[in-house]
This record gives sequence, C-alpha cells and structure tokens, in this order.
Amino acid sequence: MSDTGYLIAIIIVMAAATFLTRVIPFILLRRMADHPLLLFLGRYTPPAIMTILVLYSLQNLNFTTPPFGAVELIAIFLTTTLHVWLRHPLLSIFAGTGFYMAAMQSGVLS
Amino acid sequence: MFGYVPLGMAFGMLFQDLGYPWYFSPLMGLFVFAGAAQFMAIGLLTVQAGLLEVGISTLALNSRHIFFGLSVLNKYRGRGLRKLYLIFGLTDETYSLVTSTAAGEPHNKQNFYLLITALNHSYWVLGCTLGALTGTMADIDTTGMDFALTALFVVLLIEQWKKVREYLPFLIALLCGLMGIFLFKDQMLLIAIGLSIAVLILQWHLSEARK
Repeated sequence: MSDTGYLIAIIIVMAAATFLTRVIPFILLRRMADHPLLLFLGRYTPPAIMTILVLYSLQNLNFTTPPFGAVELIAIFLTTTLHVWLRHPLLSIFAGTGFYMAAMQSGVLS
Repeated sequence: MFGYVPLGMAFGMLFQDLGYPWYFSPLMGLFVFAGAAQFMAIGLLTVQAGLLEVGISTLALNSRHIFFGLSVLNKYRGRGLRKLYLIFGLTDETYSLVTSTAAGEPHNKQNFYLLITALNHSYWVLGCTLGALTGTMADIDTTGMDFALTALFVVLLIEQWKKVREYLPFLIALLCGLMGIFLFKDQMLLIAIGLSIAVLILQWHLSEARK
C-alpha cells in the first residue's frame, strides 16, 4: 500500500487533470465565451454534474441487505434539511457526516 | 473560506489511514488543490487504481470547473504568473466568492481575487497538514468520515437548485446517472456526464429550432 512512487505519480496526474479543467476555458473557449450554446451549457451543466456526483458517491449503496441504505438516506436527509433551513455549508456537511460516523461506528442501525 | 480548515483536516485524517508519510497530504493540497477530487482519490488509492483511471475520474469530476472558468473569463484579466495562479486556484469555494463579491475598481479587483485565492489555498494546505498530523498522533476511528464527500455534493446540489430552479437539467442527469450506474458501473462518472451534456446540447438545438 505504501508505494510512494505510485502516490507521487497519482498526485502529478491529478494536479495536471485538475489544472487542465480550470485552464481550458481561458485558452480554448476565449473567443466563444458569448456563444449562446456555451451560455446555455454554463447554466445547465453544473446542476447536472452535481446530481451525477451525488449518485456517484452513493453508487455502492446496498438496498438489498439491512439496514437497506437507511444510514445514508437519514444522513442525506439531515444534511439537506439543515442546508435548506440555515444554508451554512460547513454545518450541514459536518452534521451529516457526524451522524453517519456515529451510526456506522456504533452500529445502531445495522 | 474558513471551511477549508476543517474539511482539509477530514481529508488529512482519512489520508493518514492509507499509510503514506503525513507530508504527502499537504503536498497533495498544495499541488492538486481540489477538495472533492482529493476525497475521491482516497477511495481510488485504497483500491490501487491505475493512473489512467485516476486521471479520467479527476477530469470528469472537475469538468464542472470548465463552466466556472467560462463565467469568470471577463473578471480574470491581466497575464503572466498572477493570472496562471488565479486559474490554478479556481475551486468551488473561490469561484463562489469571486462571483458573489463586488469589489472596487479593476486593478484592486485583481489583487482582491489573488488574495481570496491565496487565502483559500493556505487554509486548505493548513487543514490537510493538521489533519494528517492529528492522524499520526492520535488513533482516530475515521469509519464513515468519507461521507463528507457525499454531504459536500449534496450541499453543492442544493446550491445549484437555489440558483437554477428548473427540473429538467436535474432530471436529465438523474436518468443518465442511473443508467451509468446500472450499465457502466466502473466508468459511471465519465459516461453519465458525457451523456447529460450531449442531451443538454440536443435540447438547446431543439429549442433554437423552435424559435
């Protein structure tokens, strides 16, 4: 597991990939920034991507064995409720994660 | 902006469980500077995923940044290293601060953006350091801490909903995402995002044709 060469390669690849996604609009899309299609995508792609990322992070959820994904669903419900109510990102994230950790570690719901 | 310290700490503690020297956590924060991607990398490092898979997943996950950049094209002026650094540091948090804060005259604005970016970057590296050091010194049960990534995405999703308030893009993504999970589990992220963008482009062409 502790192969530092592998880790360094991963860090380089991730740094390059991340920078690429940030620099692309500044070099490739500069002249097309006002194109209606790009404005349309600029507005509707982020909500689509966020929806997919939530699904992505839940793709290993198991609905077939107890507790049938209940811990995740309650934690998401808690995060959502808090965020809609107080709109304090850090509080929402920490409350949801705190609940999830407590439930997983104590095993109350499994 | 201070949120970067506790989030970075959570990352550092999870990172420490992988068994690498602690200083790789701040190094990753320094060079990658992408919260969600770093949390995702922990899962990929655990299963010793290949470089190509990590690269593609990072590109897909961060493809949202392309659209951030588009909307600050006219805000980020100037050239050289300063601008390069602004682009490097265009995270979700920096983006939301830059687009929601009205600064004064153009020259001051550039310095202000630079300051926000540098502060965010420092807080993130500090968090990654503190978390990793805490992980080496105390035996912390991190079981379930990876849920922070899900919670982060849920919060960002709600923020998108507050901004857009139209069902269609969310619905398109939901269907593409479920399809990705059931048909192409391993490359779900790339396929679902690619497919949704294709559907959105189609939708744009249809609405243009009706005009």
